[in-house]
Amino acid sequence: MSWETVIGLEVHLQLATQSKIFSGSSTRFGAEPNTQASAVDLAMPGMLPVLNEQAVRFAVMFGLGIDAEIGRRSVFDRKNYFYPDLPKGYQISQFAEPIVGRGEFEITLEDGSTRSIGITRAHLEEDAGKSLHEDFHGQTGIDLNRAGTPLLEIVSEPDLRSATEAVAYLKALHSLVLYLGISDGNMAEGSMRCDINLSLRPAGSDTLGTRAEIKNVNSFRFVEKAIQFETLRQADILESGGRVVQETRLYDAERDETRPMRSKEVANDYRYFPEPDLLPVVLEESWIAQLRSELPELPPAKRARFVSDYGLSTYDAGVLVDSRALADYFEAVARDCGDAKIAANWVQVELLGQLNREDLDITRSPVPPTQLAGLIRRILDDSISGKIAKQVFEAMWQGEGDADQIIESRGLKQVSDSGKLEAMVDAVIKDSPDQVAQYRAADAGKQKKLIGYFVGQVMKASRGQANPGMVNQLLARKLGDNQQDA
Amino acid sequence: MITMTVAQLIQALRDREFSSVELTRSYLDRIAQRDGELNSYISVAPETALAEAEAADRLLAGDSAPPLAGIPIAHKDIFCTRGLRTSCASRMLDNFVPPYDATVVERLRHAGCVTLGKTNMDEFAMGSSSESSYYGACRNPWDSRCVPGGSSGGSAAAVAADLAAAATGTDTGGSIRQPAALCGITGIKPTYGRVSRLGMIAFASSLDQGGPMARTAEDCAILLGAMAGHDARDSTSMDRPVPDYRAALSLSLQGLRIGLPREWFGEQLQSAVADRIRAALRELEALGATLVDIDLAHSELSIPAYYIIAPAEASTNLARYDGVRYGHRCDSPRDLHDLYTRSREEGFGDEVQRRILIGTYALSSGYYDAFYKKAQQARRLIRQDYLDAFGQVDIIAGPTTPGPAFRLGEKTDDPVAMYLEDIYTLGVNLAGLPALSMPAGQVDGLPVGLQLVGPHFGEAQLLAAAHQLQLATDWHQQRPPATASTGDAA
Repeated sequence: MSWETVIGLEVHLQLATQSKIFSGSSTRFGAEPNTQASAVDLAMPGMLPVLNEQAVRFAVMFGLGIDAEIGRRSVFDRKNYFYPDLPKGYQISQFAEPIVGRGEFEITLEDGSTRSIGITRAHLEEDAGKSLHEDFHGQTGIDLNRAGTPLLEIVSEPDLRSATEAVAYLKALHSLVLYLGISDGNMAEGSMRCDINLSLRPAGSDTLGTRAEIKNVNSFRFVEKAIQFETLRQADILESGGRVVQETRLYDAERDETRPMRSKEVANDYRYFPEPDLLPVVLEESWIAQLRSELPELPPAKRARFVSDYGLSTYDAGVLVDSRALADYFEAVARDCGDAKIAANWVQVELLGQLNREDLDITRSPVPPTQLAGLIRRILDDSISGKIAKQVFEAMWQGEGDADQIIESRGLKQVSDSGKLEAMVDAVIKDSPDQVAQYRAADAGKQKKLIGYFVGQVMKASRGQANPGMVNQLLARKLGDNQQDA
Repeated sequence: MITMTVAQLIQALRDREFSSVELTRSYLDRIAQRDGELNSYISVAPETALAEAEAADRLLAGDSAPPLAGIPIAHKDIFCTRGLRTSCASRMLDNFVPPYDATVVERLRHAGCVTLGKTNMDEFAMGSSSESSYYGACRNPWDSRCVPGGSSGGSAAAVAADLAAAATGTDTGGSIRQPAALCGITGIKPTYGRVSRLGMIAFASSLDQGGPMARTAEDCAILLGAMAGHDARDSTSMDRPVPDYRAALSLSLQGLRIGLPREWFGEQLQSAVADRIRAALRELEALGATLVDIDLAHSELSIPAYYIIAPAEASTNLARYDGVRYGHRCDSPRDLHDLYTRSREEGFGDEVQRRILIGTYALSSGYYDAFYKKAQQARRLIRQDYLDAFGQVDIIAGPTTPGPAFRLGEKTDDPVAMYLEDIYTLGVNLAGLPALSMPAGQVDGLPVGLQLVGPHFGEAQLLAAAHQLQLATDWHQQRPPATASTGDAA
């Protein structure tokens, strides 16, 4: 039987606020354990939460970014369970009335097709601390630096159908939150963690199968592998006539498998109820409108604009809008050099190629947009050929200065002086009697091919600096002239 | 001097009749003499109290002394005090010394108060008799065989027995008013949100409110003025100006409409108490007030609603006491589960455990709608009754408790009988209203309390009514017999 995979994702996104969601402690990553834990974070007696307005702003920006319903009134709830890294014995979260309601999110797959993924809701909550098992012989250390870090939990509808779609969704979400500036998106530091709900059903069926939840997967690659493994596991069970058990599983990256969590690690009844220490969050229309007006241009709109304003292909535009920094880089180069298509080509081929080879982010490119635009301008005004330009780019990458300095100091300026070029052309014709004879004997169609040899010789003699257009013209004339002379 | 009111002490200190150090020392001596029997204090802090008194005397020598400079008070042991053990009368926090002051403590310090110590109470404020304290029961100064009420019983007993000029208390379902009534003093529970809850150890967050307990309404007005006000660190604290309560005390009772809920004068009320309350109401009438019968139709829902909501909130508020970061931890736990269960079993007393269990049950999936949600609906009805009543009357009056102080041990084995102690006070917390209790004479040598309830943020009117009544009567000046016979130097 053929099975359809049905996937819904819950993404826990760490919001990039300076301080925690309910206390003034810093959220900086990597500090000494428990140096960023205040009396509120430690749940000392009598301490009370105070909501960080920035976290609310970021959550609403996300909602506006996916055109979702914004909860005009949202309520915090207590989610009760005991765990040593959960200091209050409850997590402050949102249950019945989240800050972001239903929305839609468009993803683009590798074949260029698009799919719309439903967002069920997104709600604010606080992160727990960390239990450290390794460094304490037979004991557990607790680091509460992370306790109280603001999270936005983004819940999708079961609209995803494969590992590829799930990864495309996560990448698009990642790109969106970076555009919005609401998260640093640093997966390695846990800024974006994912729970996967997955079930199978016979292809064509409308009803959902029994699902398993895979907790806390923290990279695109692991999401892909966990889904692949879990899909096969459930298919095996169903094929052999078994039934999938609804349960919570863990993905073990080392063994590349999912396995059930111990029942102890799963709390059954969270006893949610409204958090009496916090008032409902009531948002004014004018405040929401203000935020909406301040939203940056987001990937779909930017991609459309790149196609219409710069004449780029949808594919090229898609690559360039992948990150806001890359799109900004491209636009700076395009504006500065005046030719968007050549700018797009250089950014995608040379610049991204080099960045990828050295595993650098666009924000750390050693070549700033002004330098790349300067280089392109020299191509456009025929100062250098495309081939020489690649040499100049290499030198700029090494920090040798801007294009003009490198062209000057390396003597790479294209030779367009007709006297000099004519002398070179004459010398090549003189040194190649056999080829000249062959050329002159050929018909017009063959001549077009044979002329390449002479161009190559002239370029070689000029160490690549001869203006190729002029060389072609001169050669055509000289070889033709002599033919006439003869 | 220790029998003087706060208002009198402020004047006397300013007139240099005596110093704050002398006054503080008198209270400390009195505590040493008398508190062995009463057990109204959990901790006494003589050294810091005398140092604070010295500092106050220096300020009093200049002209920029804060309003309460040098006044020795006691804090209920539910308010966190920096550097001074704050136990909440629980073994769980027997070793807990907060590195911070509660906002209430901080404000009273800034106003110049001297902290004598921390008063006894029911464990985690859960009780109406102050018998559930880990540090032993507190006793009533009027009759040491009787309870002082609770949960702020230590504060009430200390003020009644002249072991402090005034004290702080907290009131979740009557915990300021009921002990004030049973010990013959005046205490006010302010509107929910009037006084910051930061640093006040939470019992039931949506009901808890701190307030002053003192000999007179005037003293309560002075102290409340210093305690109240917005605190950005408590999201439920209201950003609203604090009136000058003391200046408002002179408001006349002429034309004041006082509502008498029929439901408060039913068969639960002991007839001798009813007589005392009616006598007090006649005095109010004589001062120009009009008495109007009103209905609070959903009164009978307040006990069931309260005993779902308060334990529900408490069950999660007390989850933080897990033996992990501070407080009691059991010896050599075998594993995490053992650490949790044994630390909590050993750290919490019976009543606290009972309420955690009730609350956990009420919030459990499948029971939430039947209990917690229903209780919240009842709460809205109770609140609406009060709001409707305040359309007809300015304040509401009645008994604080059904009877006077009862004997130690009399109700400890019958939680429901204990819960009925708060039958007239709980609704006020559910509705978030301000209410005070003041002395209204005695029954068999034990004080009886008159309760006055006001509309939200109507503290000034309540205090004025109580003050006018105290100007016209002397019930608030009657002293426990043991105190009277001690014959104080002042």
